Amino acid sequence: MRVRVDYFAMLRERAGLEHETLETRAATPRELYRELAPRRDLPAQTGLKVAVNDEFRAWDWRLADGDRVVFIPPVAGG
Amino acid sequence: MSDFRISRSEIVPAEEIAGLEDAASGAVVSFCGRVRNHNEGRAVTRLEYECYEELAVSEGERVLGEVREKFGVGKVRCVHRTGDLAIGEPAVWVGVAAGHREEAFAAARFVIDEVKKRVPIWKREHYPEGPAEWINAAPPEGA
Repeated sequence: MRVRVDYFAMLRERAGLEHETLETRAATPRELYRELAPRRDLPAQTGLKVAVNDEFRAWDWRLADGDRVVFIPPVAGG
Repeated sequence: MSDFRISRSEIVPAEEIAGLEDAASGAVVSFCGRVRNHNEGRAVTRLEYECYEELAVSEGERVLGEVREKFGVGKVRCVHRTGDLAIGEPAVWVGVAAGHREEAFAAARFVIDEVKKRVPIWKREHYPEGPAEWINAAPPEGA
């Protein structure tokens, strides 16, 4: 299936891109992160959150074709 | 307009406070977080904020909804900046109008604390020397 991944802040800098659309067999955000981490120089998943289609979701949420996935590093507003 | 906003242009507290009019509210509390010239012992020259806007707005709205339910406030609003900010510029503004001061102070405190913890906004500090750094301000879960 095809998913779109968006990168923000330190993840955007490490990945060197803002977003990408890719073919994946990953069934969950956890598997997708594991697939992308070495390719995009992403840090350990610990402390990160994930959103699917602009909602916070569990790392074991089932991904569907066309989903937009965003990995969320620790936030620092204010 | 939504009560939680992301703004790419300067926050003007006097304009924001005008949105808190409410004849039933006798107390207005506002909080403004500004860019400081130092952090953890290091001089800071400017800040850069970035956000995941779709989720920032929905999560920000969720925080304001919790405040309305929990504190029974008349009006509550919050605006957060993105982009490049100079020292002294407002980065975030929270305003609450409520019946009495107790709930107004408590609600304002709740909003800024939750926004800092939950809303997907990130800041990068720039220093007089050395590379800029993304700041991990949120404490780990349960801390």
